[in-house]
Amino acid sequence: MVTAVGNDRIELTDKQKKARRNRSVALGVALAAFVVVVYIVTIVKMGPNVFSRPF
Amino acid sequence: MSLVEKQSFDDVALRVSEAHASDYIALLKPRVMSLVVFTAFVGLVTAQAPINPFIACFAIIAIAVGAGASGALNMWYDADIDAVMSRTHKRPVPAGRVLPGEALVFGLVLSGFSVLALGLIANWLAAGLLAFTIFFYAVIYTMWLKRWTPQNIVIGGAAGAFPPMVGWAAATGDISLYSVLQFMIIFLWTPPHFWALALFKSGDYERAGVPMMPNVAGEASTKRQIFAYAVLVAITGVLPTLAGYAGYSYGILAAALGAGFVWYSWKVLLMPESDRGMKPAKALFGYSLLYLFAIFTALLADSILADFGVAW
Repeated sequence: MVTAVGNDRIELTDKQKKARRNRSVALGVALAAFVVVVYIVTIVKMGPNVFSRPF
Repeated sequence: MSLVEKQSFDDVALRVSEAHASDYIALLKPRVMSLVVFTAFVGLVTAQAPINPFIACFAIIAIAVGAGASGALNMWYDADIDAVMSRTHKRPVPAGRVLPGEALVFGLVLSGFSVLALGLIANWLAAGLLAFTIFFYAVIYTMWLKRWTPQNIVIGGAAGAFPPMVGWAAATGDISLYSVLQFMIIFLWTPPHFWALALFKSGDYERAGVPMMPNVAGEASTKRQIFAYAVLVAITGVLPTLAGYAGYSYGILAAALGAGFVWYSWKVLLMPESDRGMKPAKALFGYSLLYLFAIFTALLADSILADFGVAW
């Protein structure tokens, strides 16, 4: 359940705020891990060639 | 200006999620995922192909995420069944913590990401096998077989058996008889494992309308089939040695573990219909988990020892 205040504002309950923060932290950690994976795979796959490309 | 300044809403459209990250992790079926990770890892290591450790690690993670995605799709589709079964009614979707649509999108996005990632990290054969595994589990098993035939987990068991082949393919880029043998061990292990569970949870499956073998063919027939599959598992377990892929020490251990599987199944076969406690079925269920873990650990150990030249 949510509580609407006025026309366009929704007041979240403490439980909803806590859950949203928990999900946001988890999503942030997952995205950071994904960036690290892409970085490492790029280095491993391309090796030194990662620096030798035409500008 | 609104006539109503403050109003409460129960409307789904205005629902604000109270789901925690742990609910989304639960959608991935972490316990199934751990088995997938382990068997895929064994497939990857026993391939004995040169592979960068980072690539190997990320390939396993991609396989794990793909398996988790198929679990989320399963929980999306099966929420109605899960709601009436004691084993599953607390899952995030039937408990109302995650909406079915959220589980569906979560599963689809992770499916796409995991297949794409495995293709880019390892190779496209492994990615194709992973995609097929997800499709097989979510569509062939969950949407079609599960509610249609008591052979559901016999055929559907293939989905759980693919991970070592995916791991092997990630390392080598091909499929070999050895990886197919690893597939066969899990494939033949699945029916006795789930039928043992279905024996002492038959009320659950009956309430949910899932045609598991004890509900359709009866307990006596199920027990006979469990025993037959246990014999097949025991034989298949030693095939890696007979085919020359694993050493004698593995073969002896696999034979002993297989004999244990047959013995526990024999106890189930002798279990009287009046036995409602069903201790032999519960014991077989527990042993089957130990068996699979032990047999794949033995394959892993055999492969590692062979690397050091000390395998026998």
